[in-house]
Amino acid sequence: MADIIVAKNLFKQFNEIKAVDDLSFSVPEGNIYGFLGQNGAGKSTSIRMLLTLISPTSGQIEIFGMDLQRHRKEILQRTGAIIERPDLYKYLTALENLRIFAVLSGIKVTQKQLMDQLEKVGLSDRASSKIKTYSQGMKQRLGIAIALIHQPQLIILDEPMNGLDPQGIADVRNLILRLSKEEKKTIMVSSHLLSEMELIADSMLIIDKGKKIVEGKMTDLFAPSETIVELKTNDVARAYEKIQKGDLRKYVVSRKGDSILFRIHRAKVPMLVKDLVQMNIEIISLSPKHSLENYFLSLTTENQHVEAFKDRII
Amino acid sequence: MWKLLKIELFKIFKRPRTYIAFGAIAAIVFLFQIALWFDGKTYIGLILGNIDTSFDFSDQFKTRLLNGYFVCFAVLNILLIQMPLLVALIAGDAIAGEANMGTLRLSLTKPVGRTQYMMGKFFASSIYTVSLLLFLAILALLGSIALFGTNDLVIFRSISIHQMSRDDIFWRYIAAFGYAAVALTTVASLAFLLSVFADNSIGPIIATMSIVIVFTILSEMNIPLYDRTIKPYLFTTHMVAWKGFFYVRSNEEGATIKGSIENLPAILKSLSVLLIYIVLFVSSAIWIFRRKDILS
Repeated sequence: MADIIVAKNLFKQFNEIKAVDDLSFSVPEGNIYGFLGQNGAGKSTSIRMLLTLISPTSGQIEIFGMDLQRHRKEILQRTGAIIERPDLYKYLTALENLRIFAVLSGIKVTQKQLMDQLEKVGLSDRASSKIKTYSQGMKQRLGIAIALIHQPQLIILDEPMNGLDPQGIADVRNLILRLSKEEKKTIMVSSHLLSEMELIADSMLIIDKGKKIVEGKMTDLFAPSETIVELKTNDVARAYEKIQKGDLRKYVVSRKGDSILFRIHRAKVPMLVKDLVQMNIEIISLSPKHSLENYFLSLTTENQHVEAFKDRII
Repeated sequence: MWKLLKIELFKIFKRPRTYIAFGAIAAIVFLFQIALWFDGKTYIGLILGNIDTSFDFSDQFKTRLLNGYFVCFAVLNILLIQMPLLVALIAGDAIAGEANMGTLRLSLTKPVGRTQYMMGKFFASSIYTVSLLLFLAILALLGSIALFGTNDLVIFRSISIHQMSRDDIFWRYIAAFGYAAVALTTVASLAFLLSVFADNSIGPIIATMSIVIVFTILSEMNIPLYDRTIKPYLFTTHMVAWKGFFYVRSNEEGATIKGSIENLPAILKSLSVLLIYIVLFVSSAIWIFRRKDILS
């Protein structure tokens, strides 16, 4: 399967701040590609570089096999995007907004095509209403209609679920899945909603402080044979010290609060329990935490960041 | 390019705030015309001032003086100083307003070149400026002609009096409005340039007006040192050159030469300076915008 986006050694520096630091990744054709990281990790800067809104300080981006700087127009003709909030012209109607962005997308559209597009996102009955009367969810749906009006092959969505209620989030999730499965679109979605990414992504990239932490297929990253196990104990400091002295230390991925996380082969879990007991560690609980959230926690070493990230989990 | 221009014009003329400027112009022109309709003789008396005692103008002359052409000239003298603010309201909003609304980033993810995008916005701002002037021309010139009729136009300067016959005036107004369009486009292009730096349109609008006010004060200062060193390079010095179309030459007998302009080269020189400023402001705006990171 060919890669639709190939980013190589991207750097972006704003004065003294490195927003993106030697970031390389590739997005396979037909995939839903999750782009994860906490706020300020560099997701939006990276996405803006993919859409030519920001110039990289150095590095190279190829999309559809073409250099982005030299073939910007051809690439953007085949790309649809929503960046953060779907901000639109509030004093214009939905139909007028859609028509403006259709023209900017370089296509000729009839009134019927515009109405059909609004119908697809459930806004045809509000086509003549001004955007200032729209809810956040309606604006997001119109933003999606605008992103898709020119039938792009690649769709880039930056935090598309921001500000949506549970029903809105479910609607966007279903739309992304439908576009991927039925229309074979390649979709790159950035989000901090780990649980949502877990439901839709085929592959993913996690970044932190502008650097790549991990990239790969979800099935590879979450090897079915391995699991994350969380140990809760009365005296975590003493337990951690004991574990660090023995063979179990190679399974430890992090220590946080009153718990220690292990990454271990499922078959070795009984051995882990036995060894902990033999080490006189008082076990309050030992539970599997096989989720994207825990995977992210296991990769993030700085607790402060993890806490900030967890606050945003719905 | 044409499509972009149509979109920009559509957006400008769909915004209620666009019509504030048209409303303001209409209000000022109507108030001025009404005042002269009821009390024109007093106004003419004030204009003539000390000259009246030297020349002893007849009442018939004073009545003939108050005609549509004269009223229009008086309106232009007042309004062309205020119009930069109305122009800056739209041109200063061109990029900063889009950044503030958040629509700039969405527009630039579409397959549109940044230069094309900027040109579309600049031409739309220029068309808005011209449409404001056309509106002013209709109200001030045609409206005043309809209310006060036509007659010879007499212009009073500190050093001379210029009289033009009624069949030698209309073309001068067309030329003056054309020149004013270029002068106001210069202000529009300055506001347009400042708009590139901001994410909120208030900043560029205030900055444009501040520059215009400071430059106008410097242009009006009677300080010999500034006459040679600063004034020739200020665009505000050249914005008032439209009046030159109403300054005529006289023959040896002192009679006005029909169709003449006192100093056409000076007008053309001022026009060239304004055009250079427009090119400088717009090309700088495009150059900066092409390299700008869109963070809004």
